[in-house]
Amino acid sequence: MNKDNVIICRCEDVSLKDLHDVLNEGYSDFETIKRILRVGMGPCQGNSCGLLVQREIAKFTKTPLNEVKLQKVRPLITGVKMKSIIEALEDES
Amino acid sequence: MKANVVIIGGGISGVSIAYNLAKKGMKNIIVFDDNYMTGGATGRCGAGVRQQWATKMNCVLAKQSVDFFERAQEELGYHRDVEFKQEGYLIVATTLKEDAQFEKNVTLQNSVGIPTKKLTPLEAKEIVPHLNIEEVISATYCKTDGHLNPFLMTDAYYHAAKRLGVKFFYQEKVNEIIVSKGKIKKVITDNYEVETNKVVNAAGGYAHEVGLMAGVEIPVYSENHQILVTEPVEKIQGPMVISFSKNIYCQQVPHGSFIMGRSDKNAAHDHDISSGHLFLDEMVKTAVDLLPPLQELRVTRAWGGSYNISPDRQPIIGDTDQLKGFYMACGFSGHGFMFAPVTGELISDIILDLPTDIEKEKLHIDRFKNMKETDFETSVV
Repeated sequence: MNKDNVIICRCEDVSLKDLHDVLNEGYSDFETIKRILRVGMGPCQGNSCGLLVQREIAKFTKTPLNEVKLQKVRPLITGVKMKSIIEALEDES
Repeated sequence: MKANVVIIGGGISGVSIAYNLAKKGMKNIIVFDDNYMTGGATGRCGAGVRQQWATKMNCVLAKQSVDFFERAQEELGYHRDVEFKQEGYLIVATTLKEDAQFEKNVTLQNSVGIPTKKLTPLEAKEIVPHLNIEEVISATYCKTDGHLNPFLMTDAYYHAAKRLGVKFFYQEKVNEIIVSKGKIKKVITDNYEVETNKVVNAAGGYAHEVGLMAGVEIPVYSENHQILVTEPVEKIQGPMVISFSKNIYCQQVPHGSFIMGRSDKNAAHDHDISSGHLFLDEMVKTAVDLLPPLQELRVTRAWGGSYNISPDRQPIIGDTDQLKGFYMACGFSGHGFMFAPVTGELISDIILDLPTDIEKEKLHIDRFKNMKETDFETSVV
């Protein structure tokens, strides 16, 4: 398996090799890895990659899966066009 | 454990201080941070670096910092790209008062070697073609201002400091600073006791609380400032666009997304870092009004982070007669990220008793004893 060809985060185009590289550098928590690699910062906010990253961290650090914290999910739940936000405001007033 | 100095806070200020102390030969430096790296204000900032200020001190600090950012990638020997982009800040004036102030700002900035220019609305539109200039009276533009990735810049300092022997402990909370007979004795964390007689408070949003641990009263408070980011798109905007009167800063980062923020004058003085719909509504209206094509972009995320505000909106850097061995770098009022290089250079000189070109008494906590003598920074979003 070529780790370069295994895509972990589709939004930000992060491969399994990228992830293993930062784990090898010593980073082992999701939030730090997210800030370095941008995994979970794309439009899906980690809905695709979150569990994959969690599993890789668990394997690498030999931690039970349920003890590896997932990333913080921020608003908005899904991408919303700015003009839709403005239209909704105008409807309200 | 024993340490020559304990730095509390491993955000951009803390890593820069650690790096500069180690570079100047200090051994046995320990950094504690109760969060993950860049989990505090650094990782929540707007990722801009600017030199266009209204006080001479802020101009000098910003220029010296940008000088470092220009060579940071090389000096720190970082293996990733810190994404430094110098495509300027365009600051627009929409009131006559602002226009007059900007005239003075440009003269001041030029006097310390910052290449800012005053522009007409049409000249501004040449730089940002999608700028709505209906209400714009004039603008100022400094082409050497720009953008940096806050996470990677912090990581770059962290790696360089680690190579010089600095020990970092993230997710390790400092609970007590033991002081006896006017001297610092120990720093106690969840898992360690460190004997030291020097502490640097680089705790960002929690600078006031860390001061109190050592019995030092620092006149700063924190308030929430929110930011949103859009989906990435092809590059259409080079500079950061700011308006103080319209309450907006907005840039397109190298990744392609637009980052924008504004302040809330009713924000409580506390540690709230939540993100709400009131911000979203006002931010989107302001952004689309000033930069109309942005209406087609999807907002993907929003978050909040702390500004640590000082009485004159300029940083507090130095020692204090309240406690020997206690140093602070705080109260950056929203600009700690862009001032980090000079913060590290200056406070390391102060700690090691080395000469410095900067008028350090103007950054000392004692300046507030006679507030009339200090300039108040007005160029803050």
